[in-house]
Amino acid sequence: MGDQETPPNPAIPSDGPLPAGFLNCDETIERLYFYLDGELTEARRVEITRHLDMCGPCVGAFGFEAELRKVIANRCKDHVPDSLVARVAEALQQEYSHHDG
Amino acid sequence: MADQAMFSDLAMEYMPALYTAALRMTRNPADAEDLVQETYLKAYRAFASFELGTNLKAWLYRILTNTYINTYRAKKRRPEIADVEDVEDLYLYRRLSGDQPPGLGRSAEDEALDRFTDTDVKAAIESLPDTFRIAVLLADVEGFSYKEIAEITDVPIGTVMSRIHRGRKALQKALVQRGSTRGLVGASDEAR
Repeated sequence: MGDQETPPNPAIPSDGPLPAGFLNCDETIERLYFYLDGELTEARRVEITRHLDMCGPCVGAFGFEAELRKVIANRCKDHVPDSLVARVAEALQQEYSHHDG
Repeated sequence: MADQAMFSDLAMEYMPALYTAALRMTRNPADAEDLVQETYLKAYRAFASFELGTNLKAWLYRILTNTYINTYRAKKRRPEIADVEDVEDLYLYRRLSGDQPPGLGRSAEDEALDRFTDTDVKAAIESLPDTFRIAVLLADVEGFSYKEIAEITDVPIGTVMSRIHRGRKALQKALVQRGSTRGLVGASDEAR
């Protein structure tokens, strides 16, 4: 990104006329999670991308939700206690020798 | 057919992810450790039925989730609900951005997000009802697809999408509640 002189694009109004194949902001935000989850068809993805190319506010919203996803995943890491690794390995070993011997 | 001798080599690497999920599910380390151990033992015993080349991580999560639901979860008479009727789209985003116009470069909202600590996020997730907590964990922490989550939790894909959607709203609401007590989110929004 860096320093930019141009202001962000305005929102695409949800009531005004839109060229064929263009989604308005409401329709775009409705599909936000499907887009971020990678659960849209290629044609649907393109529709979203086309809207985002023209709409600063929706880019902001998509960027935030993507960042939130990262924050949630990154803040949820827990260190596995060494004792648990040892405990599970030992339990599996016992199972193994029980069935073998 | 999978050979049990291979099990440890293949399955042990998933323990950090499984332990994290177990902690969020049970909400305490002693139960989480027992749940992980039980999951590995069950998986080991059932490993002959695992089809090599299919998704081992999802298979382990399926055992973990079922074990949690059957063993640790208090029996519920009524289906769980997430009270998110008042949570609109972009709930957290709008509360963090307040009245500021959209900025350029790294946004104020993204920076506000950084001030949420590990404890904030974990507590917010742990405050969700079981079914929604599990859906959010699998989707947002582990990055499983809707289809994988449907297989792990044994529900139709439409139910998965609804649980993830409502769970995310409930999570944003919980983050706003936590954030406002810590002064990270404008308190005025809560009073409206």
